[in-house]
Amino acid sequence: MPIRNRNAYAFLAPYLLVFATFWIWPIISSFLTSFQNTRVNPWKFTPGVNWGRLIGDPAFYNALYNTLIILVIQVPVMIAIATVMAVLLNSPLLKARPLFRFAFFAPVVVGEVAYSAVFRLMFSFDFGIINKIITLVGLPAVSWFDNANAAMALIIIAVTWRWAGYNAIIILAGLQSIPDDVYEAATLDRVSKTQQFFHITLPLLKPIILFCVILSVIGTMQLFTEPFLITNRGGPGGGTETLGLLLYREGFRSLNFGYASAVAYTMAALAVAISLLNLWIGREPK
Amino acid sequence: MRSKSQSLLLRQIALHAALTPLAIIWLFPLWMMFVFSTMSDFGIFSPEIVLWPSTNFVENFKNLQADTDFLRAMFISIGVAAIYTFLSVLLTSMAGWALARYRFVGRSIVIGIILGTITLPFAVVVIPQFIMVAREFRLANTWIALIVPPLFNSLGVLFMRQAFSMMPGELFDAARVEGVKEWQIFLRIALPLARPTMAALAIILFLHSWNNYLWPLLINSKPGMMTAPVALGTLIGLTKVSWGGIMAGAIMLTAPILVVFVFLQRHFIAGIAAGAVK
Repeated sequence: MPIRNRNAYAFLAPYLLVFATFWIWPIISSFLTSFQNTRVNPWKFTPGVNWGRLIGDPAFYNALYNTLIILVIQVPVMIAIATVMAVLLNSPLLKARPLFRFAFFAPVVVGEVAYSAVFRLMFSFDFGIINKIITLVGLPAVSWFDNANAAMALIIIAVTWRWAGYNAIIILAGLQSIPDDVYEAATLDRVSKTQQFFHITLPLLKPIILFCVILSVIGTMQLFTEPFLITNRGGPGGGTETLGLLLYREGFRSLNFGYASAVAYTMAALAVAISLLNLWIGREPK
Repeated sequence: MRSKSQSLLLRQIALHAALTPLAIIWLFPLWMMFVFSTMSDFGIFSPEIVLWPSTNFVENFKNLQADTDFLRAMFISIGVAAIYTFLSVLLTSMAGWALARYRFVGRSIVIGIILGTITLPFAVVVIPQFIMVAREFRLANTWIALIVPPLFNSLGVLFMRQAFSMMPGELFDAARVEGVKEWQIFLRIALPLARPTMAALAIILFLHSWNNYLWPLLINSKPGMMTAPVALGTLIGLTKVSWGGIMAGAIMLTAPILVVFVFLQRHFIAGIAAGAVK
């Protein structure tokens, strides 16, 4: 049992100092900043200035739209691939397991800048290896950076490559926590492997998959590095500008901290809303 | 029996037929990163498909070093990641210990705030953090700016609290009966027992710091104080730049971590599966 002890405060204090200074206070502060006109010196409290602009800003809707499109396509595709990876990796029939694990899990440790660089080079129009392969099989080369739809697809491909293994690790851990006797009993009752997957594995995995969805939504919501580096600052012409990039552009290029704070809080509100929605979908039927 | 073993074999073949192409696709970008890093720019931008490494790595690295002081940036990245990891493990272990083993006023409030805010995006705090560090403390382009603000990360607190609360309390009570001081119990008994958790945590935190991009990009943009990812990022998108050099930098950022990953795969995976918080 935990004991009462004043030493607790001494153990806690150093971390709490950092936590309060660089996390709790900024959360409050950026909320307050979103109501400030930061284009005047000193800043002036003008509640409507940033939120009013946000509601009528086409750039905001463009970024919101791009973010949501990436989210709606990328997260389900990635979670499906991750589930397949995890289920197949978990098969007792698999040979060369370490090799397959390495292939799928290695991207998890690769930094965003390094992988953005190689994706940018691989997908370049004239000399990219991907277009060389595409034309080799007789299809027309895709202009991945000049066509907004292709650029969006490229971002989705890149993010999926980077994070599928991460989710597969979590799902695999979930799979391994399902006791073997559940399957043994089903096999004795002559339930086929396919039916076992859909009627035993998937329902038991549901909470973990939902957890992965929430994590991925929160991660994708903040997408910044990939459209910043791969599609060159959200190009073509804002075609891949995400909320994260809009925040960067308004906050750190235009130095309009108030407006950028409003964008930041929109991202947070969306992340919270989608987490709650997921929890609601995943609730136990009563 | 025979048909059963045959169907088993068929299933095994199908399994590998599905996984092998997927694995090749997944390895392809990493392989190409390596191949590009060994090719001349002329070779990279030629119409042929090259899938095999060449011999131009050293030349590429020299080009990279001419474009940006990459060695200096690597030095900063390694130093920052090491110091950050040490400090974060230390601070969050202490906090996790307090939250796991003591009862005190405000304990559930602290846990509630940590759990309630852990999923908020970093974007929410990036502007106030920047204003505070760059304008109020005037610490932009310093080591402190890279190391201290990211210490807010509460992943370790949850990790370590979990590890400490699973330890048998009698162990610590016995030490208390013998008059051992609380901080000695923490340092001499609890921390050594939590070593596996600390290892997993340290790996995850080191990786976070090593790969961190947005915060270092904003706060340390001065040449000579950039981290390696930021230095490399400045080259991407320039027109007159050595792409072989960029790829050499990408490999230098990636290969050491991949090697460590191969040897410590279990700790990496344990950390991700248990913490699963970005």
